[in-house]
This record gives sequence, structure tokens and C-alpha cells, in this order.
Amino acid sequence: MTTIDLSQMKAGQTGKIMSFDGGRGLVKRLESMGIRCGVQITKVSGQIMRGPIIVRVGNTQVAIGFGMARKILVGID
Amino acid sequence: MQVKKILLVGNPNVGKSVIFSRLTGVSVIASNYPGTTVEFCRGCVGSGENKIDVVDVPGTYGLDPTSPAEKVAVEMLDKAIDEKNSIAINVVDATNLERNLNLTLQLLKKNIPVIIVLNLWDEAKHIGISIEVEKLQKILGVPVIPTVAITGEGVKTMVDRLQEAKKGKYLYENAERWHEIGNIVERVQVIRHKHHTLTERLSDLTVHPWTGIPIAIGVMYVVFTIIRFIGEGLIGYIFEPLFEKLWLPIMMAFSRVLGSQGIIHNILIGQLIDGEIDFGQSFGLLTTGLFVPIAAVLPYIVAFYLVLSFLEDSGYLPRLAVLLDKLMHSVGLHGMAIVPMMLGLGCNVPGALGTRVLESKRERFIAATLMAIAIPCMAQIAMIFGLIGKYGARGLFPVFGTLFVVWFVFGILMNLVIKGESPEIFTEIPPYRFPYFGALLKKLWMRIKWFLKEAIPFVLLGVLVVNLLHSLGIIEFFGKIAAPIITKLMGLPLEAVGALIIGFLRKDLAVGMLAPLGLSLKQLIIASVVLTMYFPCVATFAILLKELGIIDMIKAAVIMIVSAFLVGSILNLLL
Ligand SMILES: Nc1nc2c(ncn2[C@@H]2O[C@H](COP(=O)(O)OP(=O)(O)OP(=O)(O)O)[C@@H](O)[C@H]2O)c(=O)[nH]1
Ligand SMILES: [Mg+2]
Repeated sequence: MTTIDLSQMKAGQTGKIMSFDGGRGLVKRLESMGIRCGVQITKVSGQIMRGPIIVRVGNTQVAIGFGMARKILVGID
Repeated sequence: MQVKKILLVGNPNVGKSVIFSRLTGVSVIASNYPGTTVEFCRGCVGSGENKIDVVDVPGTYGLDPTSPAEKVAVEMLDKAIDEKNSIAINVVDATNLERNLNLTLQLLKKNIPVIIVLNLWDEAKHIGISIEVEKLQKILGVPVIPTVAITGEGVKTMVDRLQEAKKGKYLYENAERWHEIGNIVERVQVIRHKHHTLTERLSDLTVHPWTGIPIAIGVMYVVFTIIRFIGEGLIGYIFEPLFEKLWLPIMMAFSRVLGSQGIIHNILIGQLIDGEIDFGQSFGLLTTGLFVPIAAVLPYIVAFYLVLSFLEDSGYLPRLAVLLDKLMHSVGLHGMAIVPMMLGLGCNVPGALGTRVLESKRERFIAATLMAIAIPCMAQIAMIFGLIGKYGARGLFPVFGTLFVVWFVFGILMNLVIKGESPEIFTEIPPYRFPYFGALLKKLWMRIKWFLKEAIPFVLLGVLVVNLLHSLGIIEFFGKIAAPIITKLMGLPLEAVGALIIGFLRKDLAVGMLAPLGLSLKQLIIASVVLTMYFPCVATFAILLKELGIIDMIKAAVIMIVSAFLVGSILNLLL
């Protein structure tokens, strides 16, 4: 298993969230939307020129800014 | 316990506002994107001794607020906890049980009786999610009721069981919250595997850049075409004939009764143009005063809100926000700021309120200022269409093209000059839903009523003020003072000052005041742009003052006034 950040994932790829490279505030915000360590995350789409990334966690789709996405580390098989 | 107050608490976009409307009969706006409700709204059920206050609050993902809208929610909750006899209805999205329980478990630790509603039950069933209600009820120790707010299913049961609301007894360590949630969900929820549905596929297409951007352009084109088609159609086939064929003869007769002149005549009917009433130019209360809001503006209001409601309820707006995120970043905002901008196109008042979904003060200042400067409201747009529409793209493009450039350039400048950074987009993308026709019409009707209530008194007041200013010679007086700017720099006649004065009251009427001046196309373009930019109307001003505070409002106003005259002068040189 390799660990990459969310922005490096390809659309359609699924992985498991390993850790966050950010402060307590960021982690809390992500958690409140169900984005937390150990859960499955699927990248739905990215935008050109480092636009936001859409992911699916459980049944929720969330749009995440590129910078924030880089702080989410995902384990890929 | 005698329940005195009910608070609707839950994540954004779970149906709180729909439930609120069902409970109280008070109409509030509900749309398919997070952050529709940004201010609490009160209503009540029952009467006399049994009267219960019901409060619809903005959605929140947790009890540590991250935006002013969420802050309102948490404050309302704290207040309700302090008051006795309050209960909370926790509205939960049954299709997202896990994420929603995060707020629920936090709520259960608060000192307030709770009752849980599993809303969007229809959608959960549809996508193959089943939840064992009894078991969940037992685990959490409070009543749990499945509902479909939009059809009313389950709402009666909810009302019948309000008395059963209980304080939470579910004990857990905060650090273990997600773990607990995982356990609960595992015990009560079964998900049948489902294939990609059609709406999911559509969802993917509309957010992938290569397909999404062409679709967005197509959607915007269709939106614009439909608005003009409906707006023009309603004016041409219904409202103008009504005024010309029905109202005109009555008014002409009335005019003769009044002797065709005199103060009363001038106020009620206005000036006769070649012995006839001209609804666009006479400027009497019963002629222009009614014609502008009802025949010229209302049709476009109907058209615009019909289309906007469809966009809102379908769930397209957050997707558009994602596609436009980059563009919005260059003006210091993120994609979700398109929501207040779109609302502002209808009326700047809800647009200004809508900036509350933005997280930082800096963003809210930029968004509110940009909207007030460069986004004309539908009432004003309708009048501009009426005045310049006959020139086609040659007239309309310079107006709206200039406003777009202004929006963009001033956005970039503010982003550069104002200290601080803007946060990135972080928003839930709700599933596409097919709008319920009834809900759509109800929302449309609400907005039309709101428009009529706001517009007619102000337009009538405006007409009265115009007459007053004219007869007292005030317009001429200010015209002479402002002459260097108005005539020399912007190339407009002195009388255009009248429109600038009335623009404080109503922008649509102000544009209407240009009609009798016999302006050239160039002058019409400049005047339309300047009238949009120079200052917000009073209604918007009042809201901006409240949202921004006096210091920021002064800053915003200076930016507006200076930029309006600057842009007006540049246009005068270029065109
Ligand atoms: N299919 C279905 N749609 C629903 C149901 N309840 C609400 N909706 C729709 O879900 C969307 C969100 O409803 P709102 O009432 O605006 O949600 P809210 O919780 O007030 O959202 P915020 O104000 O953003 O916090 C709207 O488009 C509703 O029409 C339901 O039970 N079933
Ligand atoms: Mg709401």
C-alpha cells in the first residue's frame, strides 16, 4: 500500500484516509463532514488548474479546495 | 412538560425549512444546497395556552460554528437551553446517517429534550438504505420518527409525539464519538448494493471539467433565453395589453375629470404627453407608479425566480460553484459565493444576506461590495431591457459586459489590497433532485409577494418624490452643482441627476426616469452602468449596514461612488 495525497489520486480511485497534514481546526472541519481517519474515500473528479476536488465519503459528496485536499493523505492498494 | 418552544436543529440541507413550513404554515425558502437558511425564522403552532414557538435555524455540522450562519444556529440552541420548556427537533438526513449522527450525539449531551426525525426517508429507500427505527430509538433513548417532509409523510406522527421528547442519556467519551457512531450505524443500518443511478451519472458529467464547463455554458444560455422569453412574453401578451386596453381608458377618463392639469392631476396621473397618458413618461402615481412595478418589472421577476427556483431545487448551484471556483478565487472568494451573487441578481437584499454562508469577514466584505457595485437586480435589469432592449446586443452587451469587467477588475483589486487570505471551498454537493412542482410554485409565489410588498410602496414613494423635486426645482439645483461630473465627465444631461437621486429609493424607477430624457444609445449605456454602480438602493443599504458594520459600509460606499464616476467617464471616452 502506498500513501499519496488526495490531489494525486485519479478520478474514480478509492483509498483509505490515513492521516491529515494540518492543524486541529482543519481536522475538526473535515471530521464534521465525515472525512476522518480510517474511512473509505473515493475521488469523483478534479478540476483543471488546481481547482476543487470532489470526493465521496459514505453517501456524501464533498467539494474540497485543492490546498486542503493536499493535506489529506490516503492509502492506496 | 408544557412545550413552549421548538427548535429545528440539524445539518444543512436536510429539510429543516420544509418541516418548519409544514409545522407552522409560515412559508420560508427551502432549496437543494447547504446554507439556504442563514437567519433564524420564527413561527408558531397551536393557540392560546398551547401555543408553541417554532424556530427554523441555519444548518450546522457541529456545535463549534465555522461561519456566521452556523453561529446563529449555535446561539439559538444555547438560548433555547437557558429557557425552560424548550425542545429540539433534530432533523437527520436518513441518507447520511453516519455524518448526521455526529451532530445528534453532540446534541444529546446538551441539557435539552430531543426528538429525532429521520427525514428524506423516501430518498433513503430509493437508494437502498434501510434503518431500523425501533432499534435506533432504543439505542439513543429518544423518539425517532421517519418523515418525508416534502410530502408531509410522518409529520403528523412527529407532532403527536412531541411530548415524548427526552434529554439524552447516551453516554460516551468525546474522543470516542466517531467510534460510537460507527457502532450505532452498524447496528441499525443496512445498505443494499445499488448501481449508478441516472442522476448520479448526470452529477458526474456536470462536475467533470471537460463535460461540466460546456454544460454550464449551455445551462446559462438556456437560463438567459428562458428568462427573456417568459419576461417578454408576459409583458407583450398580458401586462402591456392590460394596461393599454383596460387601464388607459379609465385613467384618461379620470384625467379629464381632474381637468387634465393641476397639482392633484400631476401627482395622480402625471404629465400628459401630446394630450395622452404615456405610462413610461407621465410619472403619476396611478400611471407610471403602477406601470413600472407591475407591467415592466414583475414579468421579469416571475421569469427569473421561476428559473432560479428550478436551479436551486435541482441541486445544480453547488456544482456550478465547483466549476467557477477558480474564477471566484481570483476575486478573493470561493465558488460558493456564486450563491449570493445569483440571489443578488434577483434582488440585492437576499444577496447581501446570503453572504453569511462565507466563512471570513474579508470574503463577506468583498462579496457584498462586488454584488452592490456590479450586480444589477432583476427589477433594474427589466427596466434596462425595456429601455435598451430594442437596440439588441449593440445596446445590451456594452452594459452587461462593462458590469462584468467591473466586477472582475474590482474583485481582483480588492483581493490584492485587502489583507488576509480567503478560505477554500469546502461544501457538501447534494444529490440532484427533481424539483417538486408544488414546492417550486409556492416558493415562486412567496418571492412575488415579497417583491410586490417591497417594490410598490417604494416606487410610489419614488414617483411622489420625483414630482416634488421637480416642482421645487431641486433636480435642477443639484444638476447645476453636479454638472462638471455629470455632463463634462460622463456626457449625460443635467436632468440625469434626478435618476441618481431616485436611485437611492428604487433602481428600476431610476432607470425609468431616463426614458423621457431622449438620451442617445451611448448616454443610455453610461447611465445604466452608473445607476447600477454608484450606490445601493435603501433596502440593500440597510441590510449591508447591518451585515458589514458602519466602518466597512463607509469603505464600500466610497469604492462604489468613486468607481461609478470613474467607469462612467471611461465609457464616455471609449464609446
Ligand atoms: N425527496 C425529498 N426531498 C426533500 C425532503 N425534505 C426536504 N427535501 C428537499 O431537500 C432540500 C433541502 O431542504 P431545506 O428545507 O431547504 O433544508 P434545510 O435543512 O432547511 O437546509 P439549510 O437551510 O441549508 O440548513 C429542498 O430542495 C427540499 O425540497 C424529503 O423528505 N424528501
Ligand atoms: Mg433551511
